[in-house]
Amino acid sequence: MSVPIIELTDVVKSFGPVSVLKGVSLRAYPGKVTALVGDNGAGKSTLIKGLAGVQPYDSGSVRFDGEEVSLHSPRDASRLGVEVVYQDLALCDNLDIVQNMFLGREETRLGTFDEGRMEREASDTLRSLSVRTVKSVRQKVSSLSGGQRQTVAIARAVLKKARVVILDEPTAALGVAQTEQVLALVRRLADQGVAVIIISHNLADVFAVADHISVLYLGQMVADLETRATTRDDVVGYITGTKTMGVSA
Amino acid sequence: MSTTQERGDLTGDLATTSVDLIGSGQEGGILDQVGAWWQRVRAGDMGALPAVGGFVVLSVLFSLLSPFFFTERNFANLMTQAATLVMLGMALVFVILLGEIDLSAGVTAGVTMCIFIVLVNVQGVNWIVALAVAFLIGIAIGTFIGFFVARVGIPSFVVTLGLFLGLQGLELIVIGSGGLYRVQIPEILAIQNSNLPTWGGWVMLVVVLLVSGVTSFVDRRRRSAAGVPNRTIALVWAKLAVFAVLGGLAVFLLNRNRGQAPTILNGQEVGGNIVEGVPIVVPFVLVILWVGTFVLDRTKYGRYIYAIGGNPEAARRSGIKVVTIRWTAFIVCSFLAVFAGLFSISKVGSVDAAAGRDLVLSGVAAAVVGGVSLFGGRGRLIHAAIGALVIAVITNGLGLLNLPAGVNYLVTGGVLVLAATVDAVSRVRAGGTILRT
Ligand SMILES: Nc1ncnc2c1ncn2[C@@H]1O[C@H](COP(=O)(O)OP(=O)(O)OP(=O)(O)O)[C@@H](O)[C@H]1O
Ligand SMILES: [Mg+2]
Repeated sequence: MSVPIIELTDVVKSFGPVSVLKGVSLRAYPGKVTALVGDNGAGKSTLIKGLAGVQPYDSGSVRFDGEEVSLHSPRDASRLGVEVVYQDLALCDNLDIVQNMFLGREETRLGTFDEGRMEREASDTLRSLSVRTVKSVRQKVSSLSGGQRQTVAIARAVLKKARVVILDEPTAALGVAQTEQVLALVRRLADQGVAVIIISHNLADVFAVADHISVLYLGQMVADLETRATTRDDVVGYITGTKTMGVSA
Repeated sequence: MSTTQERGDLTGDLATTSVDLIGSGQEGGILDQVGAWWQRVRAGDMGALPAVGGFVVLSVLFSLLSPFFFTERNFANLMTQAATLVMLGMALVFVILLGEIDLSAGVTAGVTMCIFIVLVNVQGVNWIVALAVAFLIGIAIGTFIGFFVARVGIPSFVVTLGLFLGLQGLELIVIGSGGLYRVQIPEILAIQNSNLPTWGGWVMLVVVLLVSGVTSFVDRRRRSAAGVPNRTIALVWAKLAVFAVLGGLAVFLLNRNRGQAPTILNGQEVGGNIVEGVPIVVPFVLVILWVGTFVLDRTKYGRYIYAIGGNPEAARRSGIKVVTIRWTAFIVCSFLAVFAGLFSISKVGSVDAAAGRDLVLSGVAAAVVGGVSLFGGRGRLIHAAIGALVIAVITNGLGLLNLPAGVNYLVTGGVLVLAATVDAVSRVRAGGTILRT
């Protein structure tokens, strides 16, 4: 197996007295899709918010390309090429699609926006994702449907050449056709050499797209599986805690 | 009928060939653009439309009710009366866009002017130095507010309400209760009481048209260079034409003599004076409006203010330094408030211990009436300027009708509540209160 692009070791995170991540380790490989599964409240979102620099971990090590890095702000993460599509969508309703996609990394010339260039890149990216339902890239996000927002969030993540793309339940709000498109897109990203981490409660999606499956149970990583070498029942067992690595209960 | 249409959309959805289907809202002729604009208005994105309507209606109403309302003298008077409020409204936009408020902006204007005038009149300090000190104090006040709001996390309402009281105390200490100082600096008095030469007004108009035209064409050039469509060029000409006509009318009216007609005494003309030209305060306000709008529309700083006003968490996750932007917005607000103070003392000609106390709510009203959303994230400087004109027309018109002063407060208060209601309702229409996950 190749070198992991991201390697988390013994990551710990608590909110006050509540310990949410109790020593979690996770790896993601370039060109591979890693699924992160677990029940509600297992700590999946917390784990990836740490990777994004939004909620830094309390302790533990993060290696990127084998080198120890510190992730203390979203800028640290985006410098490394880590992009996240959040479960609670991180878009500004009052801005339009282009403005949202470029938020925090606007193209400027002489200190002022190069709106044309941003619009071009935004619509190119959307088109490369085969987005067909958006009428105009200058629409305010407040006027979009849930699925369209999700698409914008994903397009935002892949706008700049990202090396790691993390998607937190990207298909939860989507219809059948759009779910399929997102999964196809996830696969395409991986084929381009991006390391993809996808969180999902839909095991059918997970088995359709993932190469590895990591199971989080109450803040602990209880299983690290090859999709090919495991079954749905096994994964359900790990998620619900009736099964532990190696020994079945 | 509707089923077939849905089906058509669905197949379109599944097709994978990429065609240029995503527009930019810039396509189509002038009618398409107007249609799209009307769609946005109906969806609750009304901008300054209600305020412009209100301005026109009120102007017509007062013209009918008072023979003095639509005169050159009153028109100029309106400009200078509105200048303070326009300035304060624009200052407040920077914090209101963040969903914050600065209730101390009016007394910030007041207290900096108290210190300014005491430095000049009592301490004999050079007025330019004293003015610099006033601006520095404005910046210090903004820094103070920003620290407590952005760093400590106290609601701006509380911090600035505290400062609203505290700074009034400072005014009393600096000026002494019942104290009043005359403004005797010709340069300061000139801002609101002197006028550009008549040719100056026309030059100003030409500069405005040039700047507006050049930015439009630079924008178009950048868009074509990137290969994205431009709005039809007719819109640029239409905009310039509107500016030229309205601006030309304003300059023309302000350039006419509005002085006292001479009285005939023993067959000789006695007294009388010639007053003509655009008040000097007008170009001041236009420059600040232009710079502020440029920053808000075209720079990262401005964009981040809107982003934080729309969704602070999204802004934070995008790597925006939310604390810094919030903090500096309060500094900008207090800094610009000093200009409001300056315009005010230039108009009034004196400073007392209550300077600026009544200003702030009118300033907030100006912004909200003009279409700046109190919920944050929506609004522009020009909205506050138009809103301020509406408030000024109300004050001015009611004053001409010799109604008791109380009526003015009642009407202005009513207009503020009405505008805030429009704001809230249009927000609901735009889907703002619907929580989407
Ligand atoms: N900011 C916070 N403050 C306190 N507790 C938190 C915070 N964020 C998350 N938690 C707690 O941490 C635990 C894990 O939350 P997290 O959002 O990571 O779960 P999740 O695995 O993503 O669940 P879901 O599948 O529902 O999205 C939950 O018990 C949650 O209540
Ligand atoms: Mg989650």
